[in-house]
Amino acid sequence: MFAVGIAATLATGLLAGCGSDDDDGGDGDGDSQVTLRVGVFGQFGFEEAGLYEEYEALNEHVTIEQDSIAENGDYITQLRTRLAQNSGLLDIQAIEVGNIAEMTGDLNGRWVDFNEYEGVDTGHFLPWKLDQATSEDGRVIGLGTDIGPTGICYRTDYFEEAGLPTDRAEVSALFTDWEAYLAVGEEFAANGPADVAYLDSAGGMFNAVVSAYEERYYSADGEINYQETEAVQTAWDLSVQAAEAGLTDKQQQFQDEWNSAFANGAFATVASCPAWMLGYIQEHAGENGLGNWDVAQSPNPSNWGGSFIGVPEAGSNKEEAVKLAAWLTAPEQQAKLFSERGSFPSSSEAHELPAVLEATHEYFQDAPIGEIFTQAAAEIPTTIIGPSDQVIQENITNGLVALEQQGLSPDDAWSSVVSQLDNALAE
Amino acid sequence: MTTDHAKAAPPDSSGGAAPRHTSEKTDEPTDREVKKLERRSRWYRWDLKYSPYAFISPFFLFFAAFGLFPLIYTGWAAMHQSSLVDPNDMTWLGLDNFTRLWNDEFFWNALRNTFTIGIISTVPQLLMALGLAHVLNYKLRGSMAFRVALLTPYATSIAAATLVFAMLYGRDYGMINWALGLVGIDPVNWEAGTWTSQFAISTIVIWRWTGYNTLIYLAAMQAVPNDLYESASLDGASRWQQFRYVTIPSLRPTIIFTVVVSTIGATQLFGEPLLLAGSPNGGSQSQYQTLGLYLYETGWVNLHLGRAAAIAWAMFLLLIIIGLLYWLLTRLVGKSNGQEA
Repeated sequence: MFAVGIAATLATGLLAGCGSDDDDGGDGDGDSQVTLRVGVFGQFGFEEAGLYEEYEALNEHVTIEQDSIAENGDYITQLRTRLAQNSGLLDIQAIEVGNIAEMTGDLNGRWVDFNEYEGVDTGHFLPWKLDQATSEDGRVIGLGTDIGPTGICYRTDYFEEAGLPTDRAEVSALFTDWEAYLAVGEEFAANGPADVAYLDSAGGMFNAVVSAYEERYYSADGEINYQETEAVQTAWDLSVQAAEAGLTDKQQQFQDEWNSAFANGAFATVASCPAWMLGYIQEHAGENGLGNWDVAQSPNPSNWGGSFIGVPEAGSNKEEAVKLAAWLTAPEQQAKLFSERGSFPSSSEAHELPAVLEATHEYFQDAPIGEIFTQAAAEIPTTIIGPSDQVIQENITNGLVALEQQGLSPDDAWSSVVSQLDNALAE
Repeated sequence: MTTDHAKAAPPDSSGGAAPRHTSEKTDEPTDREVKKLERRSRWYRWDLKYSPYAFISPFFLFFAAFGLFPLIYTGWAAMHQSSLVDPNDMTWLGLDNFTRLWNDEFFWNALRNTFTIGIISTVPQLLMALGLAHVLNYKLRGSMAFRVALLTPYATSIAAATLVFAMLYGRDYGMINWALGLVGIDPVNWEAGTWTSQFAISTIVIWRWTGYNTLIYLAAMQAVPNDLYESASLDGASRWQQFRYVTIPSLRPTIIFTVVVSTIGATQLFGEPLLLAGSPNGGSQSQYQTLGLYLYETGWVNLHLGRAAAIAWAMFLLLIIIGLLYWLLTRLVGKSNGQEA
């Protein structure tokens, strides 16, 4: 069975190889027709922002087809199996930041090294973004698309009711560090509306705090050490503090109840609010939240989410695919993606462009989001990321949910986290 | 079957050839013709003998490709350490994955949950189906409409049904908690509790499968000879007594069939607990994680393909054991009634 598969792969590979040779011989460089297929997940934005059409107009010999899978969970499962078989891969494949570490690890040989292509400028990316897509031996296997610099989203109407300042500069000044953020929460709980929680969830608090550290779940030499790091300890303690003080709405982020809670205005702040979250809040808070949400500076901005695009070695049009990938992630296109879709650029050159710097968000009371997130992006630390980051953080969040919803003591909740993770991470 | 064909084939071939040999006047059949005839009869025999196998072969070929091969391959993978990141890179472990399951608290937790959810969803479901079928078996106006209505839950997808139920069982904005609030009961955090979450899941299963089992029971009930009911009512049996002493014994094979099918379904329960909160861990404390969900989490979230394969095989062995138990049980019940099972 495998032999047949391999033979088929080889055959198509050879045929494709022949085809491109013929084409090159025929019409000279770059004039032969090529179809480039791009694999993405969710609403990635390239197509929606009209970037493919623009590229096709600029390069008439290129046709672009996109293949999108709604959830990254399904997308990455398919990508993994295809990489393992080294077949069925598209010309360009998107990689979410949560999966980039497994790609730069053992699998990095399956991706082309952008350093080997002359037309590709990797110098305009934020250094830490480029680092994330670079393998140990210096191969750059992914070009950054967007990043998720964080602010703090808050409801001005509830803050006003609680007698707190509402102006975003004053609110930013209140949040000098995370302890101060929780102290404001105590004040809010005492004076604010009775049926409104200060923040959505202890898990959201944990994420906001832990992400601002360089070392979270892995040490610099790639060992899992989440039980010892200062990041996890501090974030856990602050989240427990928020939960025990009754400041949270005991939600689980991205579940239906959380979405409904936005629509019902059940909490006043979101502690970790990256650029892409603004659209999410707008979608779920809807009419009810219009004119009530605003965004302030985070005391410790971090990065949440963002993606890369890479070109698999198994592709048949690598040369053209690399050109397209470089164009899609160039500063101008990233700026366009931000103004059209709200995906914040991973290119520091794009941050200087007026389209980014002067951007405001209508739903968030015309907040100068370009300025706020550009400032946040400059403070993002170079976080060490490992292949099991997502699993570790999800299980810690589950521990906090157990503490909030099932009444586990902090010690019991933590030991359940450790035993779940021992099982999940064991080979 | 085969004996029939053997009887049918010979007269034809001899009957065809014999008259030609005896008639002297007609041209002697040439060697070629003889050979042709022989070949034809041979083809005919082969056709009768082997074509039935050809006709049924598609099923077995598909079964081999999509049933047997995955089963064996999963068994092979269960003996290895293998990661979903690179599934072809396997390290031989022997039975380690299975011995590890023996000491795995999360496996036993999932097994326990599968068992309890299976009981609280299957038992009420089959009892209700039996009762509904009995009622529908009477002459009712619009009985066809009732039967169609019963089958509609079965025709909806698990995902759609579960998402609706998840909204009904929502903690803050769910309709069930709203209704409980009307009668002065505090909101229940359905998803967080062990029993409440398992109850919620079993209601989805019951809602979806009761109608299906009802129709199966109904079909079996309609095959029960009317004479039995007539003579029972002549003897003065009430409707309940007719149900108890005529319907139930006649339905025994059907009941066993539905119990077996429901048990298999309960053991493989996956979609409902996965979609209740949309996460494969089955609750923050795995309070409603079933075996199917644990398999999925191990293989596709934590990327341990070999361990997931071992869970799959443990589930398979479990079903075989349950199947054997049922078989023994039916034999015992059959013997006690003086029948051969």
